Amino acid sequence: MNETSQAVPAKPQGSPPSGAEKIGRRKFLSWFGLAWVSFAAATTGALSIVLRYLFPNVIFEPPTNFKAGFPGDYEIGVVDERWKEKFGVWMVRSPEGLYALSTVCTHLGCTPNWLVNESKFKCPCHGSGFYKSGINFEGPAPRPLERYRVALAEDGQILVDKSRKFQQEKGEWNNPESFLPL
Amino acid sequence: MIELFKELVDAVSSPVTIFTGAVVVFLLFVTFPRQAASKGGGLTLLFLVLAFFGVGLTDKHFRSIVSAPDNVPIVGMIFIFGYFTWYAMRKAVENDRRMEKGEPTVEQAETNDKVLVFPYLIFIEFVVALAYAVGLVLWSLFLKAPLEEPANPTVSPNPSKAPWYFLGLQEMLVYFDPWIAGVLLPTLIILGLCAIPYIDRDPGNSGFYCYQKRRLGIQVYLFGFWVLWILLIVVGTFLRGPNWNFFGPFERWDVHKVVPLVNVNLSDLLFIKWLGWGLPKEWYLREAPGILLIFTYLILPPAVLAKTVLKGLCKKLEPVRYSILMFLLLVMLSLPIKMYLRWAFNLKYLVAIPEFFFNI
Repeated sequence: MNETSQAVPAKPQGSPPSGAEKIGRRKFLSWFGLAWVSFAAATTGALSIVLRYLFPNVIFEPPTNFKAGFPGDYEIGVVDERWKEKFGVWMVRSPEGLYALSTVCTHLGCTPNWLVNESKFKCPCHGSGFYKSGINFEGPAPRPLERYRVALAEDGQILVDKSRKFQQEKGEWNNPESFLPL
Repeated sequence: MIELFKELVDAVSSPVTIFTGAVVVFLLFVTFPRQAASKGGGLTLLFLVLAFFGVGLTDKHFRSIVSAPDNVPIVGMIFIFGYFTWYAMRKAVENDRRMEKGEPTVEQAETNDKVLVFPYLIFIEFVVALAYAVGLVLWSLFLKAPLEEPANPTVSPNPSKAPWYFLGLQEMLVYFDPWIAGVLLPTLIILGLCAIPYIDRDPGNSGFYCYQKRRLGIQVYLFGFWVLWILLIVVGTFLRGPNWNFFGPFERWDVHKVVPLVNVNLSDLLFIKWLGWGLPKEWYLREAPGILLIFTYLILPPAVLAKTVLKGLCKKLEPVRYSILMFLLLVMLSLPIKMYLRWAFNLKYLVAIPEFFFNI
């Protein structure tokens, strides 16, 4: 290896190839900086268009707030499934009042089924079970179902607000907004 | 007679009996490899499985489950993997016998020279690929992929089953928190498999089948693959019905079957049932016993074994590789341990901190 490298004739120093002009250090750095700035600007611009793409003009999703009829529509002791399909909410009327349970299993997000005869919510994916109150009691689910904010609107209808969630394990079910006394 | 057999099978079938039975079969297989790998042993096993399927196919429910297009490959898998395990063990036993006598192994006797990949291996692979392609075409012609209605996020099919190769994971999810069974354990399985050549760097017995000199590796592999992966897939496919309840092989899948599965955490058992103090308010006090238990489980056995039974192994592998090996083995064993704890004590989580989505 050494021999061959020695055999290569050394390049004559201090004589740039013809046609190439000398660029000063300052000039090089300013061009270099300009190139980087414009590259970064172009990239940011392209990325911002990609980001814009993530926010569509129209979303075909149900609103997070909805009116769930009048309190009299709900029978005491019954888990009402009329809003399950559209909004993902079970309305449960207890003797004391009304609460809105989320239909998302707290284990891995499947939709449990309400089994009337066994009086429990049972998830088909891994067998988690919840009482009517939403408390988990069997299977792998680590925490109870979440409740949504319920309130009475001015026209006397029940207003369910899915943007506010109440988790039992954080003690949030004591919050008066998580329960509508009737 | 057949009815009695079916009722008997359904009566004894439960996750506990099936899992324990599989562990017993595994132990017999690795303790008596010579008998298990003999022609008689293999034929007996094949006959038993075939007889079970033969009797089972007279049952309408069993037939409908086993012949569902999704499940046919799993039936095939039982036979294919059974055959290959038996065949590999047979080769290993033969080589063990030769090595005992001081003879060269089959592979060494054949040739000690290197063989070129092309054309020898490539040719075989090409023929196999052709046969495989024909098989896939026939399969797709005869077993239709089910086309169902459009997906609806508010309706989960009952039972909801993962693709067959994930059914082992789905079964694990019954016993573990999602982030452990769904993220941590699969990651450790993959990393652990990658780590094998770095942990076992002994080139002494490579290049041929043998059992006696590679017992630890082969036993760990067979246990992890057969009992903790294939068996869980088979259970998940054939024996898990609506609401992920367990059903015997001949039991009708009743959506309204009620199985009491009330689970309690270790902290509930300890502070409420055994000590009667009530749960401490702070999570770190409440879960301290569980956390302590986990640390003891991960640290004590490797330390004790390194000083006693596995002294030689520890010296051979050096501390770092030894600790990694022990960690991987203990994590693997934690799955059956957790399953038995669930079955015996209805134990849900050893450490349950729902405040941070952290449960073990």
